[in-house]
This record gives sequence, structure tokens and C-alpha cells, in this order.
Amino acid sequence: MRATKSEASLPNQSRTYTVKKNLLRNWQLYVFLVPALAYFIILHYVPMYGVQIAFKNFIATEGIWGSPWTGFDHFTRFFDSYYFWRLLKNTLLLSAYQLILFPLPIILALSLNELRTGAFKKWAQTLTYAPHFISVVVVVGMIVIFLDPTTGLVNRIIVALGGESIPFLTSPDWFRHVFTWSGVWQTLGWSSIIYLAALSAVSPELHEAAKVDGATRLQRITHINIPSILPTIVVLFILNIGSFMTVGFEKVLLMQNNLNMSTSDVIQTFVYQTGLLEGQYSFAAAIGLFDSAINITLLVIFNYLARKTTDSSLW
Amino acid sequence: MKRVSLSDKSFDLLNTLFLLIILVLIVYPLVFVLSASISDPTAVSSGEMWLWPVDITFEGYQRVFAEASIWRGYGNTILYTLVGTAIHLFVLLPCAYALSRKELMAKKAILWFFLFTMLFNGGLIPTYLIVKSLGMLDTMWAIVIPNVVGAWSILVARTFFQQSIPDQLVEASKIDGASDFYIFIRVILPLSLPIIAVMALFHAVGLWNQYFNALIYLSDRDKFPLQLILREILVVNQMQLNDPTAGGGAESLVDQVKTAGLIKYAVIIVSSLPLLLVYPFIQRYFVQGVLIGSIKE
Repeated sequence: MRATKSEASLPNQSRTYTVKKNLLRNWQLYVFLVPALAYFIILHYVPMYGVQIAFKNFIATEGIWGSPWTGFDHFTRFFDSYYFWRLLKNTLLLSAYQLILFPLPIILALSLNELRTGAFKKWAQTLTYAPHFISVVVVVGMIVIFLDPTTGLVNRIIVALGGESIPFLTSPDWFRHVFTWSGVWQTLGWSSIIYLAALSAVSPELHEAAKVDGATRLQRITHINIPSILPTIVVLFILNIGSFMTVGFEKVLLMQNNLNMSTSDVIQTFVYQTGLLEGQYSFAAAIGLFDSAINITLLVIFNYLARKTTDSSLW
Repeated sequence: MKRVSLSDKSFDLLNTLFLLIILVLIVYPLVFVLSASISDPTAVSSGEMWLWPVDITFEGYQRVFAEASIWRGYGNTILYTLVGTAIHLFVLLPCAYALSRKELMAKKAILWFFLFTMLFNGGLIPTYLIVKSLGMLDTMWAIVIPNVVGAWSILVARTFFQQSIPDQLVEASKIDGASDFYIFIRVILPLSLPIIAVMALFHAVGLWNQYFNALIYLSDRDKFPLQLILREILVVNQMQLNDPTAGGGAESLVDQVKTAGLIKYAVIIVSSLPLLLVYPFIQRYFVQGVLIGSIKE
């Protein structure tokens, strides 16, 4: 009995011993982690714990931790409000629209990949990346300038062609199109980088073999290139899903006005409006929490589906 | 085998045509803004100016540079970008290096501790309340601290250290009696200039272009970064730029509207040109960053 007991405790003892030894010998490496750990604890994990104000009634003098609990009051108030369905619909439609255009950078990459390396390819890449480096404020500023009902270039062309000027920026019908396509303009080139890299890893021997078999260029793209970069496509698709409900709300906020609210009001801008402008912290935090709950659910579901069907997934 | 078939040729032709159309669509708005910023406003609004500048004038730029708030915004943005990027590197590099060392215990757990924040975060309101309770409202720290480093950057930098720093190098230095601090500063950092450049550039571009943190955390106009000033001029349309020749009120309303347009074009160029001119030269670093980031565990 005695022998077994001491034997059982031995690995444990030696383990605490090695931990101590490791800490002693490499303590400087652990010091390296301190700034990052402190930052993540204070500005990520404390706010995560602070999400509890969604279940409380925030009182400024009591702070997050001292305010009284109210349970799911804020959530039910949100679900019962008349704007709940409008917000959900606007958020989902805007995200879905962007998701439908997910293949565009892939098409650009496939097309760029067919160019022989040379000056044109380099220029094409550099120029398509340019809008990525322009701030969202300037992009929205350019949208305002180009789509102005009287002085904007687009409407002047429409009028010159005999059409009628379209109030793009104040019309709810146009908001989603303008928002999404200006986003395509800004991100198309940059998003294609990752696919181009995946394409450059495709083995030339596959193409040679296909050539011998008489495959056309288009056939080689659909039968070699696309299947080769499918894992990359799947992973990026899941990552996109993971931010499905976020919809680039900083840009939405800039493009929002009283006249297009019926389509431009999304969950995130509503959180900003009610929380930071109107000071209903608890209510807004509850809506934000609802939003990220949907995000995580979507991410987990799609990751599971991807793992089952294609073998490539985030985890 | 060298024969290029007819279908191949037509494919190349169509493909090049397709890319040319996309290039024109992407570049045209930028060229238009650049040309409009130095053209006579009447020519711009009449449609006479559609590609190259017409009746060149630099009045828009004169107005923009005469505006004190733009200069101040520019100065603030440069300050926030420099300080923010320095802190970013200070937090990121040691942490990523430590995570790349095999001696470190609980690496997986620590990495997941960071990565979990990509999956779930407190959200806008709790983060705002914490920043507020830390006394950072209306200070530079509210701009540079809340997004100082992301889990993704740590993952990328760690991958770089793992792949490009040979283990033997660290071992040899250790046998020579060097401490981890010494090795990191004297051996590792000089070998890691590419990743330092990549990370600094990514972060600096983000800081230069962001407006939202400034919008929610700053209320003192003297601390506004350039993007908030731009928002007022370009989007909210609420700012009246001082007219350097003002006093007589000689400008008619029509003229005012025209110069307002000119100022908008000029201010877009003034704020975006630094990055647009610099990025083609450092593009390969950015591309490298995206690529290291795409390498899966």
C-alpha cells in the first residue's frame, strides 16, 4: 500500500519541480508575455465580464459591478419592440448581399493568375490594391461627391442619357446597392491577394498533364485551379460568416441619414445610437450581446458543416 | 507542343480585356478626384473636366492649407500613428517571440486565451465603459490603447519567429551565457526587420484611417485626428472653411458652393496621398503579411 502511494505521488512531485525549474530558468520569457496579457485582460476579458450589464440596470454611480440585476428584461424589451424586425432584416439583408459577392475576388485572382508575369500583371495588382489604403471616411466622401443628385458625375451621365436624376444617398431602395458595391470597389483587389498566393502554389505539372490531354484554358481553371484553392476559399468563407452580423457598421454609420433609415438602420448602429448617444447602456449592451450570440452560432454551424463536407475548417 | 491554339489566344484577349475594364472602374474615380482637385470648379461641374485637369488652379489646396483645423488634425494623426505603432510593437513582439519558444509552458493555452477574443468580445458598450473608467476619455490613450494589438497579429508574428529564427542560434547564445532579454534585443530583433516592418505598417495604416474610436472617445476638437475633420467636411457637411480672402463677403452663394466642391477634392487628396504614394513601394511587405497570416497551424 505504502509503496504504491509514494509511487503515485512521485510524478506529481517531479512535475511541480519541473514547472518551478522552468519558471526559474526562463522567467524572462514569461515577462515578455506581461504587456500583452495585461492588455488582453483589461481591454478584452474585463469588458467580456462587463457584458453582465446587459442583465442589469446600469446606474452610473454604482458602476458595472454594483448595479442591480434585472434578468432578461432588456432582451424581451428589444424583441418586443417594433424596430426589432426591421433591424434584424436590414442587418441580415446587408450581410447576405455582401456574402453573395464573395466570389468576386476569387474571379479576379483566377483572371490575374492567367496573365504571364510581366509589367501589366504587376501594374494590375498594384492598382487594384490602391482603394484598400483609402479611409472609409474618404470613400464615403467620394460616394457623396459622385452620387450627388445635381452635381454628381453619375447623375449627370444619367441625365445626359435622357434619364432622371436618382437620389442615391437619400433613397432607402438604393442604400444596400451603394453600400455593397462601393465596398467591392474598395476591397476587391486586396481580397484577391490570398487567392493569388494559393494559386501560385498549384503544381505546373498538373497543367502540363492537362495540356497533353487537350484541356482548354477554361477547363484547366475549373478542373485544376478552383479545386486546388478550395480549402482557402472555405476557410475565408467561414471567416466571413464569423463577422456576418458586423456588416462594416462604421461605414453604415457614415452613410446613414434620416431619409434612408428604413434600410440603413442595422443592429450595430442601433447599439451605438441607443447606447452611446442616448446613454441606455444596459439596453444597448443587451442588443450587442444578442448580435454576437448570432455571430458565434453561425460561425460554429458553418465550421461544422465545412468540416463534414470539405475537410477544411477553422478548427 | 509550342503551338498556341486559337482558343488560347482568344482566351488571353478576353481575359486581358476583362482586367482592363476592372482596372478602369477601380482607377477612374481616383484619377477624377485628383484632376478635379486642380481644375476650375466650373469646368468640373459642367462636365468639361472628365479625365485630365482643365484650367489648372490650386485654390482648393490654398483653402485647405489655410485651415488650422486640418493642420491640427494632421499633426494629431501623425502623433497617434507614431505613438500607437510604437506601443503596438512593444506589446506584440516580445509576446509573439515568447510564444515561439519551445521552452515556454502552456503555449497552447496562452494562444487560445488570445484567440478567443476573435470569437467573442464584450462589445461596444462594455468596452466603452471600461475605457471611460480607466480615465482615458478625451485623451490620446483612448485612440491608441483599445486596439493596441489583435490576436491575429500575435499569431502571424509568432509564425514568423518560428519559421525564420533557427533554434540553434538561440541555443548557442544561451550557452554563451546570454539572457533571454539580451538574445531578444541583440539577436532576434535585428533578424526580424521584415516582420517588424509588416506589423508596423499594417497597424499604422489602420491608425491613420480610423475614425470611430475618435468619434466615441474624443470630444475636445483640438485632439481630433484628421479623419474626424474629414468627416465634417466630406460627410456631415457642417464645417464652414474660413475664407482667407474673406471680409468683403464678395463671394456669391454660387461661388461658395463651387469652392466648397473644390475644397472637398483637395482635402481627399491631401489626406490620402501620403499612403497612396508610399504603398506601392512597400506593397511586398503588406502582401507578405497577408501570406504569413494565411498559413494555418
